[in-house]
Amino acid sequence: MDRLTATEIIIRVLTQFTPVWIGLAVILTLSVLFRKRLGLYGKLFGSPIGVAGLILVLFWVLTAIFADLIATMDPLTQLSGMKNKKPGWPVAGAEGQWYLLGGDNLARDVFSRMVKGSQIVIAIAPAATIFAFMVGITLGLPAGFYGGKLDTSLSFLANLVLAFPVILLFFLLVTPEIRETGVPLVMAGVLFLFPIIFFVLLFQSRFKEQPMKLAIYLTITLVLGFWAYSGLAFNKDPFGVFYMDPNLLNIFVSVVFVNSPTVFRIVRGLTMDIKTRDYVAAAQTRGESPWYIMLWEVLPNARGPLIVDFCLRIGYTTILLGTLGFFGLGVTPESPDWGMTINEGRKLLAVYPHPALPPTIALMTLVLGLNLLADGLREESLRD
Amino acid sequence: MVSFLLRRSGVMLLTALCLTFIVFYLTNLEPNLEKLTKSEGNMRMSDVQVQSWLVKNGYRQPLLKRYGEWLGVAPGWTRTDENGKFTGRCLKRGVDPNNVPKFCGILQGNWGFSLVFKENIGGIIAEKLLLTGKLMLCVLLVMVPTALIIGVIAGMREGSKTDRILSTFSILTTSTPEYVSGVIFIIVFASKFGGLRWFKGTAATAMDNITFANFTLPVITLALYGVGYIARMTRASMAEVMTEQYIRTARLKGLSFGGVVLKHALRNALIAPFTVIILQIPWLLTGVVIVETLFNYKGFGWTLVAAVGNNDIELLLACSVVAVFVVLVTQLISDISYVFLNPRIRVN
Repeated sequence: MDRLTATEIIIRVLTQFTPVWIGLAVILTLSVLFRKRLGLYGKLFGSPIGVAGLILVLFWVLTAIFADLIATMDPLTQLSGMKNKKPGWPVAGAEGQWYLLGGDNLARDVFSRMVKGSQIVIAIAPAATIFAFMVGITLGLPAGFYGGKLDTSLSFLANLVLAFPVILLFFLLVTPEIRETGVPLVMAGVLFLFPIIFFVLLFQSRFKEQPMKLAIYLTITLVLGFWAYSGLAFNKDPFGVFYMDPNLLNIFVSVVFVNSPTVFRIVRGLTMDIKTRDYVAAAQTRGESPWYIMLWEVLPNARGPLIVDFCLRIGYTTILLGTLGFFGLGVTPESPDWGMTINEGRKLLAVYPHPALPPTIALMTLVLGLNLLADGLREESLRD
Repeated sequence: MVSFLLRRSGVMLLTALCLTFIVFYLTNLEPNLEKLTKSEGNMRMSDVQVQSWLVKNGYRQPLLKRYGEWLGVAPGWTRTDENGKFTGRCLKRGVDPNNVPKFCGILQGNWGFSLVFKENIGGIIAEKLLLTGKLMLCVLLVMVPTALIIGVIAGMREGSKTDRILSTFSILTTSTPEYVSGVIFIIVFASKFGGLRWFKGTAATAMDNITFANFTLPVITLALYGVGYIARMTRASMAEVMTEQYIRTARLKGLSFGGVVLKHALRNALIAPFTVIILQIPWLLTGVVIVETLFNYKGFGWTLVAAVGNNDIELLLACSVVAVFVVLVTQLISDISYVFLNPRIRVN
């Protein structure tokens, strides 16, 4: 078999992404049809920049979902004779199979590794950002609302973490040695508590007058929460549903830890601004509890800037994960993680540039999509 | 003002103490100490031997005491073994044991001895900081004017076509971390694949002799990521200033648009970006580590990676102190300069 030409490679790559194109078409058509009823998301379609961002983000989300259909090869299998082969090289002894974007230094398919790598990023980055938001919101609301000593001490702690150069913190926190000492477990034990605290406070403040409803919501939160908590933080899930690899846990906890002080500062600032508004004074006069005001009056009114920051922060987390991979601190040594692939590829950059290029472009387009989306959302939310 | 400065410096000192203590704790974890012992002694040491080595060398004292020793506020440990031989933290080879200083921490200028470089750490840090300083200087010289020009032009006429294009460019640069842009630049400008072999893909030769060919790519890579952020800040600030009454007054008075921008708007629009630029310096640190690794430029960032990779505890501690110091000092400068530049803020 012959090597594919550049045009053939492009056509084949585009064909491989067919499920993504179909998914994109369906989602965009439905969104445009019902844009009037979709609130802020629907308004996004008024801004070209926002739509461009949305398409890029959706592209990678759909790629992660359909990764098994899109990938042509197994991302970990090494085929003999395919080491560092150029894009479009036919697989020896297999009719109709090509390494579309060539082979890497260990004779694995670059294209499939890029596609599979999206799953790791799309799974970890938003999850870590959500956790960081839970921590930041649960601590930032009272700090901004009450002020005083609580604010001073929490702000000091946040500034302490923010004064650490990020890269140094990662070098100190993500190491095999630190996993032996159990420091990540302690951090996970503390950080993973915050989502449970958040939801308990959320329901408790809302349904205080309706004990039946409160009991139901609290039971669901506590059972689900501590079930996931035992599995994710301590790997003690009795049913084995929730589980996190120690290495992954280490990375995840560090990323949450780095992000939450910034979220804390944003939430604190917004709360200090919003608590002077009339509707807060009205709620206070009605005799609402402080947590009700924070979670059901202040938080919903702070959602605009928070949604924008959420998009930006997922992008930032993606960059952070890539940085970790770049220094060899990735999820697992063999995994097709983009950062790690860039790190492997850069060593032979002058001779074989093709293994490093696809993951760099993938990472860049995803982050670009998130940043454009954030920009579109900001523009549209300011318009109200 | 004086009380503001005092309070600010007090908080800074407290932060510095907390941070260095955390770093000290994290670098002196049990597994790190074991690894250190085995690389200092020999790989086949038994657990008992490891423990006795750690006791002999003062690693088994309470953590706070050791932190104090390292800092130079607690007296260094001393020990006389069964043969009457005198050892101690502050005792160096060939020095009279009666003449040993009591304290020897970083406050006395004693940064320790690097295991990787086999040299005194003070010297290494000074040398590496000089190299990184050169890189940073070039980066700031490229980054700041570019970002300010982009930001001012974009913010001058908000919503115009130029604004849209420049803003999208800013977003693009903030979406391109150093390890992405560096790789792309090397492929395009320094490999046979890109066809243009204008620059070199490594900056190893730049340590002795900086040339256009070997220093351009690292500088551009590092500058690019920061450009977008500063440009966006400048744009926002500029756009806000352009809506002010005094700008309209100046325009109605008949001044040219260019004159108004340069004379009236610019001065007020640059206050906010100025503090952002100063705060950007510690942000560049992550970039420095990535770029120096990618381009093999053996400066401060490269040293940090080497210290981490080789479990060189004292060197890592020294690097951390420098990094934390840079962050805190830039924060202080940014706070103070903001107060000075913005007459609306009065500190009491």
